[in-house]
Amino acid sequence: MKMQINQFRFWAIGLATSWLALFVLVPSLMVLVTSFLTRDPDFLIRFEFSLDGWRSVFDPSFISLLWDSLSMALITASICLAIAYPFVMCLMSLPSKWRPIILFLLIVPFWTNSLVRIYAIQYLLGKKGLINDAMLGIGLIDKPLDLLYTPFAVIFGLSYILLPFMILPIYSAMEKLDLRLLDAAKDLGANAAQRLWRITLPLTLPGIVAGSLMVILPAMGMFFVADLLGGSKHALLGNVIKNQFIQTRDWPFGAALSVLMILLLSFMLWLYYRATKLSNRQGGINDSDF
Amino acid sequence: MTEYQPLLQLSGISKTFADNTVLDALDLTIYDGEFLTLLGPSGCGKTTVLRIIAGFEQEDCGSVMLDQQNLSVLKAEQRPVNTVFQSYALFPHMTVYENVAFGLKMHKVAKAEINTRVDEALRMVRLDSFAQRKPHQLSGGQQQRVAIARAVVNRPRLLLLDESLSALDYKLRQEMQIELKRLQRQLNITFVYVTHDQEEALSMSDRIVVLNKGKVQQIGTPREIYENPANLFVARFIGEINQFDGHVVRRIDNDHVEVIAEGADWVVKTDYPFAANDKVHVLLRPEDVRLTKPDLALNTVHVEGQIYECNYKGKTLDSYIRLASGTKVIASEFFDEDDPDFDYRLEQKVALQWTTGWEVVLPYEDAN
Repeated sequence: MKMQINQFRFWAIGLATSWLALFVLVPSLMVLVTSFLTRDPDFLIRFEFSLDGWRSVFDPSFISLLWDSLSMALITASICLAIAYPFVMCLMSLPSKWRPIILFLLIVPFWTNSLVRIYAIQYLLGKKGLINDAMLGIGLIDKPLDLLYTPFAVIFGLSYILLPFMILPIYSAMEKLDLRLLDAAKDLGANAAQRLWRITLPLTLPGIVAGSLMVILPAMGMFFVADLLGGSKHALLGNVIKNQFIQTRDWPFGAALSVLMILLLSFMLWLYYRATKLSNRQGGINDSDF
Repeated sequence: MTEYQPLLQLSGISKTFADNTVLDALDLTIYDGEFLTLLGPSGCGKTTVLRIIAGFEQEDCGSVMLDQQNLSVLKAEQRPVNTVFQSYALFPHMTVYENVAFGLKMHKVAKAEINTRVDEALRMVRLDSFAQRKPHQLSGGQQQRVAIARAVVNRPRLLLLDESLSALDYKLRQEMQIELKRLQRQLNITFVYVTHDQEEALSMSDRIVVLNKGKVQQIGTPREIYENPANLFVARFIGEINQFDGHVVRRIDNDHVEVIAEGADWVVKTDYPFAANDKVHVLLRPEDVRLTKPDLALNTVHVEGQIYECNYKGKTLDSYIRLASGTKVIASEFFDEDDPDFDYRLEQKVALQWTTGWEVVLPYEDAN
């Protein structure tokens, strides 16, 4: 029996490990290696050490592009947070039987392909789109606004697509919050704002960080959103990477950018780790001492 | 209690959750500086009383007055009252120091004063060297003491303790009981303590309020509650008690009536104005019962029975006796090593005696 369990353990862990090694580690290493190779017009890359790819990363023109993409991702994350946090707090004040239904409704749009939904936004924001038509109709404006192909449109699309990724981690953090702590804070004289700032926010910080992570990274990579809503002007890091591989055919540069993105992800995971450590949720009598 | 001034006055407090009446027109006066315990079985409404005083629940009707000030209009965070929660509810992301300083910070106390007061509070609960720890690094008893320090540092008019010792193991609980009494004397703050543990209530309180089904059953000192329970519920809830049902034959004098119970004539002491034929309960604590051999008790009031179980408790010997009527009685006697007759055999016939006046006589209660 024990042998069987051990064998099962071996195969289960072994299988998962090999899978990860084969399809995550090896490709990642390939990308890393590629970033240090030389560009070749005929064979895409040549096996010859070169720092050209990384040099392009630190090119000032590219850094400003990176900064644009990052700031757009940060704005998107801020907008998502500003909507998600109050939304979750409202959700928590509802009877608990309603909450799963509302979360379910939140997920439903995801059954539609996000590309289709971005096309819908394109229609919504266009010169002859619903919003301009409506505003013209009630006489709020006399000529259509330029909504589409602006940074606004890109951020709008990203926020719309990514909002649930902010809501769900915050909800899960909020659900774990011990409401008795809020009673205790109230008892000690903390008003609603102080309770939010000193108890609820610090204790749901891991959810906020996790949500931000899940918004910022895709927000830098979802190139089709920038393509469809931002036109050619407002590129994300994802567009740049895609272009290096498909159009410009500068694989070392594209690989270096991918590595940069992985580093960014690692940094944010480290932030998440710090945030969870900071708000050690253990406390009161549910403690390990008992 | 004459030295104390009324501090908090609850009058006509009622509270209903869904269709469940938790408190039913409750009146209660809490005096300044006393250690008051709300005692009752779970679901008796004692925690609700506490939550209404603290402001976590709103009473359906009635008023809560603290020193002529109407508390009902104040939010929980504005009341000069602090709570020690059953779960302690320490803030897990703050150090012990930050936890204790929290209330003072919220009340915008100057930094230097916060420092001295937090230090003082931590010293009082003997945790001064733990100020920089996080709650999860402390033992249960230490967390408990942080919770107390966090509440008393605000110098509340009233400290509410919600079953605050129930999560501790027996020995630690005993230590904390003594610690709490010491703190209460030292701080001279009014403590309102909620518990379902009657032993805890008896040993700590100046006064006990016995609650059942949202109504006050009796208010009194531990001794009054134990020795003169106001009704059957109180008598049974506090300690163990033997119950005999009977009826009054005649009144002997102002204090005494003759009762027939268990087929015998008993002379019992009572303040109630019983008349002949009134049905009564005669109650007797196990430690007030003396057992002798039947032939030694012939000339005194006694009841005979047969021992069916003996339970050696170390300090005492508890004997379980079945009377002729089937009534079961417990007698708890101190061990006397020099008494050769002390050890009883099972099935042995014994006579039960007690000192007239130690019994409690209550009017008959239908429900029982």
